[in-house]
Amino acid sequence: MVTKTGIPAGPAAGKPAAALSKEEVLRYSRHLIMPEVGMEGQLKLKQAKVLCVGTGGLGAPLGLYLTAAGVGRIGLVDFDVVDSTNLQRQVLFGNSDVGRPKIEAAAARLRDLNPDIQIDTFEAHLSSENALDILKDYDIVVDGTDNFPTRYLVNDACVLLGKPNVYGSIFRFEGQITVFGYPGGPCYRCLYPEPPPPGLVPSCAEGGVLGVLPGIVGTIQAAETLKLIIGKGDHLVGRLLLFDALGMKFRELKLRKNPECPVCGEHRTLTKLIDYAEFCGIRGEEAPTIVTNIPEITPRELKSRLDRGDDLYILDVRETHEYQICNLQGHLIPLGELSRRVNELDSSREIVAHCRSGKRSADAVEFLRKAGFRKIWNLKGGILAWSDEVDPAVPKY
Amino acid sequence: MAVKVIIPTPLRAYADKQASVEVQAKTVAEALSALTGKFEQLRKHLYSDDGRLRSFVNVYVNDEDIRYLQKDQTSVHEGDTISIVPSIAGGAR
Repeated sequence: MVTKTGIPAGPAAGKPAAALSKEEVLRYSRHLIMPEVGMEGQLKLKQAKVLCVGTGGLGAPLGLYLTAAGVGRIGLVDFDVVDSTNLQRQVLFGNSDVGRPKIEAAAARLRDLNPDIQIDTFEAHLSSENALDILKDYDIVVDGTDNFPTRYLVNDACVLLGKPNVYGSIFRFEGQITVFGYPGGPCYRCLYPEPPPPGLVPSCAEGGVLGVLPGIVGTIQAAETLKLIIGKGDHLVGRLLLFDALGMKFRELKLRKNPECPVCGEHRTLTKLIDYAEFCGIRGEEAPTIVTNIPEITPRELKSRLDRGDDLYILDVRETHEYQICNLQGHLIPLGELSRRVNELDSSREIVAHCRSGKRSADAVEFLRKAGFRKIWNLKGGILAWSDEVDPAVPKY
Repeated sequence: MAVKVIIPTPLRAYADKQASVEVQAKTVAEALSALTGKFEQLRKHLYSDDGRLRSFVNVYVNDEDIRYLQKDQTSVHEGDTISIVPSIAGGAR
């Protein structure tokens, strides 16, 4: 546990503290009257430079609270465009922002919230080529991204540059928060030396997320960032905070520095940034697939066979709540229950398995083929492709 | 020894949607074996093909990472809590 220490000296260290204007004294008065912040802490905030990687679910509360708190310079990195499915949780954006680059909408909102601070925008994918250049001017990096390659990239870049990395990640009802890359503290690779193979861990787009969860986790990241800047309190260095919104429980696990860590350990083998897509098993821009020899049927083929009156058995391996959103009137057996309910299926019939996008049903087809089913196909692209190619009345989710 | 195993959200689909499961075990290995015996589909998410615990899944006894104890031979006692904590990456989209 690291207590009562400030952030490592950044380029601004040693410069005389700028003064607050009369208007700023009024704006930040609720900070100034607390001894833990006071004038000294508020001036540290004013001089601080924080980079937020990602302006989505986690980046929204982060950006809002760091801006409101008077962090003097905030960098935003994102390449995405606001879409209507973002609005369920990304509170930086409104209806009128749909279709707008996130970085542009975010910067406008934050400048309106606090015109005194500097907002830098980087409309880009953070990459091995640009990461060190983008990160180098900031004191603290806050990781609010949504994929493993970028998380390893942010970690390695922070360790190489010696910058703290305030980490938060979320899934459905659950969040993980900690501070990596603090001098002497552990890094992301100490916690997880390797990423999961593509496809094994669902993303929020696939698994869903409670809208308020990134709000809570991002706000905790913001609190840690502010504490690192003012050098007060107990930081989450060496502690992994787990939050479960469903059980409404916080738990804390010890996070140790791995002496054999390839990037921050005693015998480092990783001294520059690598190809993170390759490291995470994702090559090129292709969609990650782990299974290749699964027999498939396209939505159009399925439709014409059904129209012909062929006796096809539709197996839906999604969850009950997804079936309620839309369905193809298939027989519902969620993937997780398939092994114990396999006796409900007749292997002599032709079976077409489907899910939302075709991933889970590929697992189901693989499992059933191992169990001896021979006349079975995976619906390519799932019910999403069915909506695109056959019946647009089926809603996409 | 009765110990509680906490199942993380991403793996609950393979454990009958349960948030925690109580098993009888004297070591972490015994506890995980009892768990995967009960829920066969959990096995491929916890272990790689060579039978080793996957490197993106960490296991804790109470608040200690078993990598810094006796790995899966770490002993467990009545009332201990085993946490399975896989890496998750969601955040922006």
